[in-house]
Amino acid sequence: MDSLNSLLDGFGTALTPVNLLWAAIGVLLGTAIGVLPGIGPAMAVALLLPVTYGLEPTGAFIMFAGIYYGAMFGGSTTSILLNTPGESAAVVAAIEGNPMAKAGRGAQALAAAAVGHFAGGMIGTILLVALAPTVASLAVDIGAPDYFAIMVLAFIAVTSVLGSSRVRGAASLLIGLTIGLVGLDQMTGQQRLTFGSLQLADGIDVVIVAVGLFAIGEALWVAAHLRRGVSEPIPVGRPWLGRADVRRSWKSWLRGPVIGFPFGAVPAGGAEIPTFLSYVTEKRLSKHKEEFGKGAIEGVAGPESAASASAAGTLVSMLTLGLPTTAVAAVMLAAFQQYGIQPGPLLFEREPDLVWGLIASLFVGMVLLLLLNLPLAPLWAKLLRVPRPYLYAGILFFAAVGAYAVGGEALDLVILLVIGLIGFGMRRYGLPVLPAVIGVILGPAAEQQLRRALQISDGSAAGLVDTPFSVTVYAVVVVLLAWPWLKKAVTRGRRNVSA
Amino acid sequence: MTTGTRTPAEARTPRSWLREHSEIGVGVLLLLLGVLVLTDALTMDVDLTQRGPVGPRTVPVVVGTGLLLVAVLLAVDVLRGGRGEAEGGEDIDLSEPSDWRTVLLLAGVFLAHAVLIGPLGFPVSGALLFWGSAYALGSRHYDRDPLIAAGLSLATYFVFDNLLGVPLPGGPLMEVL
Repeated sequence: MDSLNSLLDGFGTALTPVNLLWAAIGVLLGTAIGVLPGIGPAMAVALLLPVTYGLEPTGAFIMFAGIYYGAMFGGSTTSILLNTPGESAAVVAAIEGNPMAKAGRGAQALAAAAVGHFAGGMIGTILLVALAPTVASLAVDIGAPDYFAIMVLAFIAVTSVLGSSRVRGAASLLIGLTIGLVGLDQMTGQQRLTFGSLQLADGIDVVIVAVGLFAIGEALWVAAHLRRGVSEPIPVGRPWLGRADVRRSWKSWLRGPVIGFPFGAVPAGGAEIPTFLSYVTEKRLSKHKEEFGKGAIEGVAGPESAASASAAGTLVSMLTLGLPTTAVAAVMLAAFQQYGIQPGPLLFEREPDLVWGLIASLFVGMVLLLLLNLPLAPLWAKLLRVPRPYLYAGILFFAAVGAYAVGGEALDLVILLVIGLIGFGMRRYGLPVLPAVIGVILGPAAEQQLRRALQISDGSAAGLVDTPFSVTVYAVVVVLLAWPWLKKAVTRGRRNVSA
Repeated sequence: MTTGTRTPAEARTPRSWLREHSEIGVGVLLLLLGVLVLTDALTMDVDLTQRGPVGPRTVPVVVGTGLLLVAVLLAVDVLRGGRGEAEGGEDIDLSEPSDWRTVLLLAGVFLAHAVLIGPLGFPVSGALLFWGSAYALGSRHYDRDPLIAAGLSLATYFVFDNLLGVPLPGGPLMEVL
């Protein structure tokens, strides 16, 4: 098998001592940052991006893979021990994990989560190995109109599926698209929204937007509402599982990826929906239904496994189509662009060492995660006690380092602050952040594909819908847009008041 | 933030009406942004550079129009009682009003860092950023805070500049050492 050989080559790359070291550092840093309260995986990845700037691409992405998985596991630790999920995907882990921790079974909850991440990540990455080359070879044939259609789907999906208000999602997306417009037009070199500034002519770096919206925005928002008297984390020993726990969990670990992986691969996936679906499934299938809500181990094992597998699914569309479906993938795509590498169908042909090294290091990263994090869990739990002023001052500090490292310009710090203030306002008024980040990253690419497609069709709009693929995608877009009305038609009689 | 206990609109003064509907301001900002994008697009000189049927103007016009549309829809939604839900979180207490003093102090400290990083270099400016931020956030350990700030800033400088190969300005302090 072709991809199996490539994968073996990838292991050759990933298992060199230097790259193994980067993977281990990535896992440790990712967990350490992800455990800190208030920091989800997306912010952890954005904050740690500058750490990889000095490395060559392969080493950088191997470290990145470690950071990603480490940050996800770190987020679950916070959920379980503090009952305070750092991001929406970790909400489910708190539902069952925190009652377990309160009942003195925190060690088991952490172990179930860690093994869940391991199992989900392993199965998800195996599916990635099996599927990605096929998807990539199919995607080679798709043209500009198809790409544009997929990007429209991504825009519509992030604004209407996630979050509670479509208007606010659309507002966020448009803010992102506007930021993406700043700079020279890619095709004609025309200045747009630069107001004569030379520095703005280069455009606003995606990393600055991501760090500004996630890190600075979050730090300012928390600063405005800092809780006096912080909730106490529950102390925990070394995680372990008894035989009865394993007997209850192993099926959940295996079921999670089935739900998680497909949702990760489609736009508007992310881990939010699959973790919840997995939780509901586990509850329905469990023999211990009465324990749910009071600390059922299946309710930790299944969703955590689903979350990890959905991260692997995310990588399928990120690597083969260049399409980020979650905030973390969006930041990763920005990292690829930093190295002048464009993910897409040709990535597997042009950069086989990089891609397969990255995929192999996902396996390595997961083994390291299990080996390092189980023994270190009590130490991670201590990080939950960092005084809040230091924590948020540290976020601002490292955000400033990251933004400055992008181009060595002090002006970037001012732009970072302005974007951070936008992020603050968005949090205040309930505008979701993800559509803006997707807009900044995909906006310029979508414009290019649109113009290319219309150039081929000589300006006729029919050129956008002349392939079966693009027609199918637009049909999905229409269903998504019409969904509230469709739902109303189905559940007639119940008035929906939410806007 | 949506709460179920709102008194009827007639019973309130214009000022509290404004506070209640401050989200309209978001609509106004979006409207201004839309006008800005449209103006920039329409004043663009495209005759010479246009290649292909879609020039550099089209997408900005679409985005600008979209902004105007969303601004209106958002304002309508707010007037009909819709509210964007403020984001909750681990360390967030939404029952208290926003603490603007802290936010402004933090923004000021951050701006000072942007100005000082050139002349003072990263180690000094970064330490001031950390200490200033911690102070703004309520830390008052005058013995411990500056030490942590200086240690963190110096360590970061050495790790990035020497180990990771990401250049940061050393400033006069590093020239002396």
